[in-house]
Amino acid sequence: MTRLVGYSGILVALALSLVGAVAAFVAAARRGRTSPLARSAAYVNGALLLVANLAMVVALVTNDFSVSYVAQVGSRSTPLLFSIISLWGALEGSILFWAGVLTAYAAAVVFTSRRRDDATIGYATGVLHAVSLFFLILLVGPANPFGLVTPVPFDGPGPNPLLQNHVLMAVHPPLLYLGYVGMTVPFAYAMGALLSGKLDADWSRATRRWTVTAWGFLTAAIIAGMWWSYEVLGWGGYWAWDPVENASFMPWLTATAFIHSTMVEERRGMLKGWNVTLVISTFLLTILGTFLTRSGVLSSVHSFAGGSIGYYFLSFIAVVLVASLVILAGKSDALKSEGRLESAASRETAFLVNNLLFTVFTFTVLLGTLYPLVAEAIRGVKVSVGAPFFNQMTLPLCMALLFLLGVGPALPWRRTTPEELRRKLLAPGAALALALVVAFALGERDAYALAGFAFTGFALVGNLQEYLFGARARMRALGERAPTALVRAVAANRRRYGGYLSHVGVLVATAGIIASSADKSEHEATLRRGESMTIGRYTVRYDDTWGRKEPQRFVVGSAVTVLRAGAVIDSMAPRLNFYNMSSQPVTTPAVRTTAREDLYLILMAFEQDGSKVTIKAIVEPFVVWIWIGGLVVLLGVVVAVWPGGGRRPSALGARPGASRPQSAARTPQPETRIPELAR
Amino acid sequence: MSPSTSPRPRRGNRVALVAGAVVLAGIGYLLFSGLDDNIVYFLTPTELLAKGTEGHDRPVRLGGLVQPNSVRWDADRRDLRFRVTDGAKVIDVHSTGAPPQMFRDGIGVVLEGRYHPNGVFESSTVMVKHSNEYQPPKDGEKPEQLYKTLMQGGAQ
Repeated sequence: MTRLVGYSGILVALALSLVGAVAAFVAAARRGRTSPLARSAAYVNGALLLVANLAMVVALVTNDFSVSYVAQVGSRSTPLLFSIISLWGALEGSILFWAGVLTAYAAAVVFTSRRRDDATIGYATGVLHAVSLFFLILLVGPANPFGLVTPVPFDGPGPNPLLQNHVLMAVHPPLLYLGYVGMTVPFAYAMGALLSGKLDADWSRATRRWTVTAWGFLTAAIIAGMWWSYEVLGWGGYWAWDPVENASFMPWLTATAFIHSTMVEERRGMLKGWNVTLVISTFLLTILGTFLTRSGVLSSVHSFAGGSIGYYFLSFIAVVLVASLVILAGKSDALKSEGRLESAASRETAFLVNNLLFTVFTFTVLLGTLYPLVAEAIRGVKVSVGAPFFNQMTLPLCMALLFLLGVGPALPWRRTTPEELRRKLLAPGAALALALVVAFALGERDAYALAGFAFTGFALVGNLQEYLFGARARMRALGERAPTALVRAVAANRRRYGGYLSHVGVLVATAGIIASSADKSEHEATLRRGESMTIGRYTVRYDDTWGRKEPQRFVVGSAVTVLRAGAVIDSMAPRLNFYNMSSQPVTTPAVRTTAREDLYLILMAFEQDGSKVTIKAIVEPFVVWIWIGGLVVLLGVVVAVWPGGGRRPSALGARPGASRPQSAARTPQPETRIPELAR
Repeated sequence: MSPSTSPRPRRGNRVALVAGAVVLAGIGYLLFSGLDDNIVYFLTPTELLAKGTEGHDRPVRLGGLVQPNSVRWDADRRDLRFRVTDGAKVIDVHSTGAPPQMFRDGIGVVLEGRYHPNGVFESSTVMVKHSNEYQPPKDGEKPEQLYKTLMQGGAQ
């Protein structure tokens, strides 16, 4: 029953997206308008795919093994939560979920632009339908999750053990899809603007909010993925330059570049063609990333054996690439620059350098990720490009970006004066020196780590002082009290201050990344009952090993007592999980988190009678700040894109400090243009 | 496509173009030399030995099977020695650190490390090769059996 509901929903959606794409393109090309049919089709498809996804969830939860996908990933012993989230635990389900998110985005675009009736939106709707069409073709073809299985098996193997070992699996993938798939919307807008020839600042304004939203989801997804890797994979790290990590990171890099360079276009009418290129690249990189992770050409946690689906993705990439280039070349007139660079020391230059660095960064990651494929295809050798390559290449770029992060906010548009620059860089400069001295005094000797801490301090103060400047200007001009002035300054220009807040989050995370990778210490020891080892400030004593049977797995844990300065401070239990359907145990490291450092214990091996265990202990400073930094970035995104425009006249009497940003008072200022998507 | 700035005087344009080309060439050179230094070849024992001295002292991923009865694991010194084979050639491996829980005779392994001129492969990471396909546990590996032994062993 669920099988029929789901599959017929996909078939109808397939037909509707085809009709919708054709109708939208015809209406936009012939009449320069949107097509009511295409708009309705977007709503209906959103509903149909929601139903199809729900049908699959029902099938998973009720263990309906007649559905091929359930027979592949389901199991009667899997706990409810992991049954539900195995929706995205393997290829077919993940494509179904992707299509669900995509059609939901398309419906949201149509809804927010319901008062616009121009060719740009018309074409954009058509592009969204066309992209949906591709994923729906996958769903009826090589990635059909609703196949019929006869005879119906009694039980299934259950999801990949790695994917049912931590609740973050309920968080990371949906966020990733929201971010990844969300990049389709700016692509659709870019194509719409190119095709309609209306590449005025309007398109980037409409696109910006969608991009920042998707970027926020993608950022959160990457951080959640790092966290998952840290909590589940049991190697004490969170980033390994794994192809899959790179796949999520590359669109993030280009999207970050776009978010910055779009401001140059808005302010100065420059970089139009470049911005369109960034949006197209971001979309292509999401599809490329999906190809890499879903076609099985690279091996990792995320690679599901894919069969022929790789060819579908390659063809799709080729079509998108050729179509984009042809359209881009045909519309080069519309991409002419209106403004010009006036001074080297200006915000524009900072953004240009930012874009150069992000582009080189993307290219580096792309090269390192694809090189093994190229080498195998051309030279027939199996190679891997390890973390040393990426670290060696990207660390200098990271340093330059950190420095720029501090200089950028200090530079005004168009040009600056030496006095102003001095005034704005005084405090950050002092912070740079202070961070350097403190890090050195605390025993840091690694050159990159020292430079990293110094630039982080520099940029942190450079961004934070902007809040001070904004508030002080209001206090002087309007005589407001400090807290009021701060809140109103932020409310009056949420995009700008949200951006600074995201910068602060990135810097907090950066400090965590530098400290945890440069000053990590680890020790591995084999201990008998009652024996202990010492690492950093901690003494870890092995007490005993226990076993516990759960429906879907068998857990072995080692009880250890943690002491500091002779006093017991905690007891921990690193575990190994043995899943019924896999011979490979999955570790669950025990992590003791404090603001200063994490103590991370991994059960490496155990004697079956519990007499001896081998435990690896890692002390990593500042790890928790990476996750906190991620949350701050998100907060910045929420401040920047929260609905509510700057058009309302200043709402006198609104309480400062009210929790919802849009309820705070704001005074119209030249920079207060918070454009709406719909008008 | 590169960031397009506004039209400038001709000379400035040319200078910018040359500067851009130099920067790009520099970046390209850095990238490819970085690749050259950091590529890790995935080799079997036969392929590694065929490289002769060229295979010495550079990062390699060595793949093969653990030769039965070759594992010497000293838990107290955390000293692991075994031989890895692809059926044709055999290489001695040394590693410090506990082997993965599933490490045993005959299992497929991938070893990261360097092959030293003294004929020993010094491995920094020992990974049990796992495919993405599910492998039903073999006899003796089943969780229930592990559970029984652990319980009989008097642990808790």
